[in-house]
Amino acid sequence: MKLTVGAVVKAGTSKVNKTGNWRSFRPVVNKDLCNGCGICTFFCPDSSIQITEKKSNINYDYCKGCGICAKECPQGAIKMEEERT
Amino acid sequence: MVENMELLAPGHRACPGCGTAIATRLILKATGKDVIVVTSTGCLETFTSPYGQSAWEVPWIHSLFENGAAVASGVKEALKAKGNNHTKVVVISGDGGSFDIGFGAISGMFERGHDITYICYDNEAYMNTGVQRSSSTPYAATTTTTPAGVASYGKLEPKKDMPSIALAHGIQYVATASICYPQDLIRKVKKAISINGPKYIQVHVPCCIGWGFDPSETIEVGRLAVETGLVPIYSIEKGKPMEVRKVSDRKPVEAYLKKQNRFKHLFKGEEYKEVVAQLQKICDDNFEYFGLAK
Ligand SMILES: Cc1ncc(C[n+]2csc(CCOP(=O)(O)OP(=O)(O)O)c2C)c(N)n1
Ligand code: SF4
Ligand code: SF4
Ligand SMILES: [Mg+2]
Repeated sequence: MKLTVGAVVKAGTSKVNKTGNWRSFRPVVNKDLCNGCGICTFFCPDSSIQITEKKSNINYDYCKGCGICAKECPQGAIKMEEERT
Repeated sequence: MVENMELLAPGHRACPGCGTAIATRLILKATGKDVIVVTSTGCLETFTSPYGQSAWEVPWIHSLFENGAAVASGVKEALKAKGNNHTKVVVISGDGGSFDIGFGAISGMFERGHDITYICYDNEAYMNTGVQRSSSTPYAATTTTTPAGVASYGKLEPKKDMPSIALAHGIQYVATASICYPQDLIRKVKKAISINGPKYIQVHVPCCIGWGFDPSETIEVGRLAVETGLVPIYSIEKGKPMEVRKVSDRKPVEAYLKKQNRFKHLFKGEEYKEVVAQLQKICDDNFEYFGLAK
């Protein structure tokens, strides 16, 4: 790759790294239990959770499976399951 | 709503469960897009900027390890020269880059009165290079340069009190925060950037790799640091009384120490009872000094 003057790169280009393939456990949201409070979105290190239609939605392209969301969900709505590919 | 804005892109290469990545996401929610961020060499710089890529959705510059505050001062001066008086300049750098090697540059920036918010993400060691001690590493923690073993119980010195040193410069705003209380952290960053002049915020960020705990426990461990009183959360705006985050469910220091490999040598036999008592005393003194009890 050729460097520009000042070695400038474009914003957000890390998205080419699909870090979801680092995962050995997968967080699965039980939509009946999730009340959309959004606490999990604040604590995800990988910007991989969004609240859509009042429910937690996980982006498996980037989620590394750390398990913080499952541990911190006050409703117990997220469970870690072994990743099978 | 600003809080929904996502200004740290995924695909960065932080370890799973990284507290530093959580801190950065939260800080950027508070700054919004009209900001230039400076980061010294360290984990945050490394994992957000793999060669030819960037996880930043705001303008960002990597300084050297030692000169984050000096580079930020230059950025501020350049903005001034261009007649830009709205873009905020924010440093987000590690404890090594802040407490140790970048210390002189920070002191200079404070003394010159530059309008910069300096945020130290405090994971309490040099993590990017393999867990060497910094002057922020807590008393008795084992690191690769303060190894616990037959001759030592880990780091012999207490953590340096950076917020007090920042305050001694007479700057506008000094605060401590933790990623475990996101609204508090976001509020403090918003407050800091709204004030003209130098500001210092120190954010406690657990590091599962350097401290030795399961990645899922990042928030749990960080919360225990606060609930034991080892990490007091407070803010001081110049000329106003200190605001303290009270602890409602106080825990003994062991509850925090026993969760982490960096302290586990303290519980092999009776030999280090006194060291644990010393750590408890640091917590007790914090409860007393900051009035942490609810
Ligand atoms: C002058 C200089 N000395 C040493 C290094 C090597 N180095 C890179 S990052 C780092 C430690 C960073 O520690 P900290 O600021 O706490 O950030 P962390 O990695 O913990 O996030 C060191 C020693 C360097 N880049 N420059
Ligand atoms: S497991 Fe970790 S990376 Fe994945 S969505 Fe939950 S918090 Fe984010
Ligand atoms: S070593 Fe620690 S601070 Fe560095 S990326 Fe990993 S978890 Fe984050
Ligand atoms: Mg560090």
